[in-house]
Amino acid sequence: MDVLVYLIPIALLLSFIGLISFFWTLNNDQYDDLEGSANRILFDDEKTE
Amino acid sequence: MKILENSDKEHPYKEDEFSIFADQDADDGYSLTLSIENIHCASCVQRVEKALKEHKEVLSARVNMSTERLTYSWKGAQSFGDFLANKVIDLGYGLKPFGNSIEGNSKDQEKTLLRCLAVAGFAMGNLMMISIGLWSEEVEFMGVATQDFLHWISVIIALPAIIYSGRPFFFSSLNALKKRHTNMDVPISLAIILASMMSLFETINHGEHIYFDSAVMLLFFLLIGRYLDIRAKGKAKESAKALLAKLHGTATVLMDSKRHNVPIRDIKEGMTILVAPGESIPVDGVVFKGISEVDMSLITGETIPNLVNKGDAVFAGTINISSAFQLTASKASQESLLGEIVALMERSERSKSRFVRIADKAASIYTPSVHIIALLTFLGWLVFDQTWQLALLNAVTVLIITCPCALGLAVPVAQVLAGSRLFKSGILLKSGDALEKLAGIDTVILDKTGTLTLGKPELIEKGYNESQLQIAASLAVNSKHPLSQAISMAYSRELLDVNNVEEFPGFGVQALVGDKEVRLGRRQWCGNENNQETDEIELWLSINNEKICFKFIDALRKDAKNTVQYFQNIGYKVTLLSGDSNKIVSNIAKKVGIADYYGEASPIDKCEYIEKLKKKGSKILMVGDGLNDAPSLSLADVSISPSSAIDITQNTADIVFQGKVLRPIIKTIVVAKKAKKIIIENFMIAIFYNMIAIPLAVFGYVTPLIAAIAMSSSSLVVILNSFRLNSKGIE
Repeated sequence: MDVLVYLIPIALLLSFIGLISFFWTLNNDQYDDLEGSANRILFDDEKTE
Repeated sequence: MKILENSDKEHPYKEDEFSIFADQDADDGYSLTLSIENIHCASCVQRVEKALKEHKEVLSARVNMSTERLTYSWKGAQSFGDFLANKVIDLGYGLKPFGNSIEGNSKDQEKTLLRCLAVAGFAMGNLMMISIGLWSEEVEFMGVATQDFLHWISVIIALPAIIYSGRPFFFSSLNALKKRHTNMDVPISLAIILASMMSLFETINHGEHIYFDSAVMLLFFLLIGRYLDIRAKGKAKESAKALLAKLHGTATVLMDSKRHNVPIRDIKEGMTILVAPGESIPVDGVVFKGISEVDMSLITGETIPNLVNKGDAVFAGTINISSAFQLTASKASQESLLGEIVALMERSERSKSRFVRIADKAASIYTPSVHIIALLTFLGWLVFDQTWQLALLNAVTVLIITCPCALGLAVPVAQVLAGSRLFKSGILLKSGDALEKLAGIDTVILDKTGTLTLGKPELIEKGYNESQLQIAASLAVNSKHPLSQAISMAYSRELLDVNNVEEFPGFGVQALVGDKEVRLGRRQWCGNENNQETDEIELWLSINNEKICFKFIDALRKDAKNTVQYFQNIGYKVTLLSGDSNKIVSNIAKKVGIADYYGEASPIDKCEYIEKLKKKGSKILMVGDGLNDAPSLSLADVSISPSSAIDITQNTADIVFQGKVLRPIIKTIVVAKKAKKIIIENFMIAIFYNMIAIPLAVFGYVTPLIAAIAMSSSSLVVILNSFRLNSKGIE
């Protein structure tokens, strides 16, 4: 059972990373314009700042 | 590219001034959000963004395709924004001012719910992982220390998650309690809070009744329902504001023989205003100089423009088609007809919210009964068992197990599925309640032009020959008049060379074909002695002395008659309301078989008619497409408009359908009825589940494992049942 002491924190950490990245995408307005984003990959040479 | 560096120089800008709507950012920049038209594909987006970004003053430029908004920010003079806006207009994209503040609210709500949902999902996954371990082993085997360790981990995950994700429910129930009534969120909040406190208490005392997983699962399912609900609801709120945007722009006012750009809201009675072709008329007024044609669709719904001459009255919101004219404002902008229509729409939108949804009706029965059962459980155990811990434990279990997971999902899942099903066949649901309301209507009110008919004049194929049509088409391509465009549409072959083309606003087009002078236009102007203008839509062609008449018809949609019959067969009362002349309206009404029709109805007349019916208790479906229908669409219980309607009308309608036939309306009604049936079934399932679960909980047979299984299975059954909406039976 000792292994639980490592495994549970690891599992928590991994899902926490997922949660944080979801928050990050949400705060970056990445879900605001799903249609536009789908089309943006077709742009040739958009310069990024 | 040369850029204006001094803002004091004469402005190179065109008619519209957008920059007065710009917001000042920190460090001297400005940002502006405009609604943009004609954005269809990736290359449009790229072209617009590129055109803006090539100026070094531009800090950012972004087109949002889903909402059709353009947002850009720049540093330097505020008025530089207009220069940028005109760059975009030059590319061929229409821009309109649009307030930033309008949409903020529901977007923020949506995001908050998504965050709560994510946290609840995160916690649920981890708690389940731990709980399965707890359920599958006996304490004797696992050891009390391990069990306590797992329980405390659960506490650490669950408590913050519950506090974070439960906020929408906690705040909503607090608000309800403050106003001294209850809603579905009160038992939810109570169950979650009590379950968490009890589980914490059990954890401290090395107990086994830990309900954290159930509590978080409950939150997760309920948040899904809540999120779907707000997504379905969020979009229908823009209508009056979009119409109001017409009052927000600027107008060109002539003062001391100079042009000034004046915001429309500041226009006073008596001012002289210049209206360029293509512009919408800013205020009600009287034509003072010039002659032109005006698209009166705001008032009448008709697309064929009216001729206006000196002394004629024109109305705000109508569009000047052919040439510039000056008008004297007869009213301030707020008092104009458009202002009245906006006020009407705002009023009807407020009154609309009184609709009581099935879910709320269910909640009003459900909430008190659950509380009473829980209370009785507590008292019962207290009397017969004498220990208050056990009594409280069982009461809380009752609250958890009856928590309306299935009830919370019953409506939104069915609505979202019905919505996506309709969306695939080109029908867009814009408000979540629309289907529910549609299932309960008993009266259908139809508009004529653009709804029963296609709204576009079509050339009738008789009274002319091929070469005459060729000449007419060669002239017609030079005009934007709807009838000219109908002629161009009807002729697809080679055009003749024409010279010296001249358009006489309100009369027609004149040109030289070879050496012959040819005119295409009104009857009298083409030299026809017979002065009688008829009711028919016609255009004359004169070649020397030869006079040819082209007749047009606004054709009925193919299935107009069948659709009306369908409505009548299932017992709906059908009425035709139109702004067109009585004679034409009665003609059309007879053709499609509507006995109840009214012509020459202004937007305000239409609204009054609907209000009268509503007072009598009718539930009204309004189908219309014109600007003149917008207020009545928003006043009716539920509204449908074709996608050929102008944007304001589409914004106002609850449902928008594509295509040239009316069949989608029937389909929507069928789906709405089916959805209502399924929603009621879902409630039945939820009630059935509760009838089994409540006795178990009351008598203390429910363990955390049973609670978790019962809760998730009832939710799943409801979701699966909703999927029956996608079965083939509906076609």
